[in-house]
Amino acid sequence: MLNKYPMWKYLLLSFIVLVTLLYAAPNLYGEDPAIQISATRGAKVELATLDKVETLLSQANITPKSTVLENGQILIRLTSSEDQLIARDTIGTELGEGFVSALNLAPATPAWLEAIGGAPLKLGLDLRGGVHFLMEVDMDEAIAKAQEQMVQDFRSELREQKIRFRGIRKANTETGVILRFKDEATLERAEAHLKPINPGLLFDDKTLNNEFVLTISMSDEKLKSTKEDALQQNLSILRNRVNELGVAEPLVQRQGSDRIVVELPGVQDTARAKEILGATATLEFHPVDSDTDISDALAGRLPSSSVVYKERNGRPVVVKKKIILTGNHIVDAQSSSDEYGRPQVSISLDSKGGSKMSRFTKDNIGKPMATLFIEYLPTGKKKANGKTEIAKREEIANVATIQAQLGRSFRITGLDNAAEAHNLALLLRAGALIAPIQIVEERTIGPSLGKQNIDNGIKAMVYGMLAVVIFMFIYYRKFGAIANLALVFNIVMIVGLMSMIPGATLTLPGIAGIVLTVGMAVDANVLIFERIREEIKAGKSIQRAINEGYSNAFSTIADANITTLITAIILFAVGTGPIKGFAVTLMLGIATSMFTSIFGTRAIVNALWGGRNDIKKISI
Amino acid sequence: MFELFKATSPIRFMKYSKPATWLSMFLIIGSIASLSTNWINWGLDFTGGTLIEVGFQQPAVLPEVRDTLAQANFNGAIVQHFGSSHEVMIRIAPQEGVKGVVIGNQVLDALQAADFGNVDMRRIEFVGPNVGEELAEDGGLAIIISLICIMLYVSARFEWRLAAGAVLALAHDIIITLGFFSIFQLEFDLTVLAALLAVVGYSLNDTIVVFDRIRENFRLMSTATPDEVVDQSITQTLNRTMITSGTTIFVLVSLFVVGGALIHGFSTALLIGIFVGTYSSIYVASSLAVKLGVEREHMIPEVIEKEGADQDALM
Repeated sequence: MLNKYPMWKYLLLSFIVLVTLLYAAPNLYGEDPAIQISATRGAKVELATLDKVETLLSQANITPKSTVLENGQILIRLTSSEDQLIARDTIGTELGEGFVSALNLAPATPAWLEAIGGAPLKLGLDLRGGVHFLMEVDMDEAIAKAQEQMVQDFRSELREQKIRFRGIRKANTETGVILRFKDEATLERAEAHLKPINPGLLFDDKTLNNEFVLTISMSDEKLKSTKEDALQQNLSILRNRVNELGVAEPLVQRQGSDRIVVELPGVQDTARAKEILGATATLEFHPVDSDTDISDALAGRLPSSSVVYKERNGRPVVVKKKIILTGNHIVDAQSSSDEYGRPQVSISLDSKGGSKMSRFTKDNIGKPMATLFIEYLPTGKKKANGKTEIAKREEIANVATIQAQLGRSFRITGLDNAAEAHNLALLLRAGALIAPIQIVEERTIGPSLGKQNIDNGIKAMVYGMLAVVIFMFIYYRKFGAIANLALVFNIVMIVGLMSMIPGATLTLPGIAGIVLTVGMAVDANVLIFERIREEIKAGKSIQRAINEGYSNAFSTIADANITTLITAIILFAVGTGPIKGFAVTLMLGIATSMFTSIFGTRAIVNALWGGRNDIKKISI
Repeated sequence: MFELFKATSPIRFMKYSKPATWLSMFLIIGSIASLSTNWINWGLDFTGGTLIEVGFQQPAVLPEVRDTLAQANFNGAIVQHFGSSHEVMIRIAPQEGVKGVVIGNQVLDALQAADFGNVDMRRIEFVGPNVGEELAEDGGLAIIISLICIMLYVSARFEWRLAAGAVLALAHDIIITLGFFSIFQLEFDLTVLAALLAVVGYSLNDTIVVFDRIRENFRLMSTATPDEVVDQSITQTLNRTMITSGTTIFVLVSLFVVGGALIHGFSTALLIGIFVGTYSSIYVASSLAVKLGVEREHMIPEVIEKEGADQDALM
């Protein structure tokens, strides 16, 4: 008999080899020191910005490798890290506020590889250095606040309607409010009034000790949506703040129902990062001072009751110091479009805020009103008493003309586009009741340790692999050499696949997983080769021995690998961060090692010896 | 042909199954005893708290570091060298009323303010107490789920006596590896947990290779006793068992020696697990299956009567 593979098998093998080699290739090109410039609120990265940056660089005698404007960001590649630091400082001071320039390492992947989607391995924080935060939204507090809100709202609603009640308090269930009435008729009136304006709440009445008790509680959906809102709100606020930190490739992602993961590669000053993430924000509505001329005001000639703030785009606005309403009266703000498809933001206030708004707008129809967003951000400096210096940053989020007397819910229209409406709604909600958030896990890896981890991992892999390769060659000779070839290609394949899969990151345990794969990958070949030796000993012809060696060992190999695969899948499902990284490389390693050590080596064996019926001895 | 073991006749492994059973019992009882008295030195991942790793330019003198920390009111801190004498690891247990997340930066500030020269921040880890509990729960859950899944898989693929032997051998390996960590009070963190699960996969891998052969030999050796079949099977797979364990141990030793202090626990757990796993696939899994009464009849697939099988094929 002869061992031959049909042509298509060789073609398939060459195709897979070629593709994975191609996608593993970007890892060979290293990285360029780079600067990434992005805009925070109030600015936009445009072609003009790019021109300015290029002029700044040539003034500083720096020749960049390339400058690109892409996705609202400028990426400048430089030749050395000294240039990188000088360029960052120059650009940082000259471009001024509104722009953030972050140090970054940009993969030096050639354009043709990038064009087919090639990119180097993404390294985990334990290998590149940086901060990982796990933040938890205090859902109990979010619910408690919502409950408190209900008490206040019902109280003023019922008072407005002149429905008398004996008492109102939070229910012990933590999701409801208990109202007590002296007779059934009043209870029914209260229920009839409250029910239609409070969808999503459950009403339950009963008699208790001669009192008529109405329990109003949140439905499960309402509870769920309250929690979801609290999470989404924190998520968007954190995204905005992370952008301000000037970090290249940050990650803000929800994890489960009440947690948010924030990853900041390259960040060293964790104290400052924590303060910025934990900053607070408020919102105020002010009347606009239309009597004072803007140029006068900018020159300092303005009444003491007025003050100048800037809009996002830098346009100054004179507003009165009088506060119509603060943001803690805002219950909700949603962006939507009106009947003509124009963007708008609908705002709901609590009842106290509603009456304040109603009183003010009654006398001010036709006049403009400004929304002021205030954020308390740490500057990173310390005050004399050791406390962190906090800077108050104020910005006009919107100016709108009051069209009518407003109440608990109203709309802001006349916005330029849907994105602006979305942003405004976000800011308005940020000023509203926010569920507090706290850091429940932090993992910071310094850059020196990150680099050392990579070096150690690679060293361990190289030494381990050398030992295995030498052993295999001595023990199995030519067949050993073929197994070694498969082993090397196995590593290339893992690297290529890891580079291809979006979201797969290499971590230190991940490297350990690859190292472990190196040790275990030869197992399949050992099983096959031992089997071939046995068959030869049993007196079978070389060709038959090869064939039976491969086919008899196959089910054993499959069985043995499936069990490891099971544990890897469970690790992947349960594990987080670095452990997931280990599970990923382990799973990939099992798949690729089965492919290379069975299919790959067989192809080579068949090509070398399979077609010859005359061989009496074989180097195994 | 170069071979590790040139066995002309089957090695009588099962002859030594009694002393091996005693050894296993001894190791398991020792492990359980240590686990019940010392329990395990849980790492930060599971206890919660704060860990700071710093690098000094000169070799660090630990008492001085402790003094500096005591002056900054961190009294219960565990201070030890990590990897080399230049690196120091400081661990602080979670404290009532103190926000754990700020401790790391405070410790760093205190060390940088003291007279140690340039202190390099290498790592800060803070794990909230609830997160620690969850990680421990998830970890335990992972092990239990994987044992159940493996049990299901093995019992679907093999006869129940073999499956029971394989799973008990796994439990044997896990208990002894845990016992090793308990006796030497090695720190048990998330990477060790991952390693333990890898041990589960690996040890089973070995067992399955032996079992596959046992099943095959029961069919081939129609007159042999179960002991003889098992001996024959283990002998035939011995080269493979030793070579694969050997190459895996090569890479693990390399990982242990040059892989850095961060994955010492990981490589230690795997090294122990693979030693124990190799031994258990020979002595625990197979000998248990024999004790449970595995026989030739269990391995012969039932003859399924096919309709028309007794007739000649038409074409």
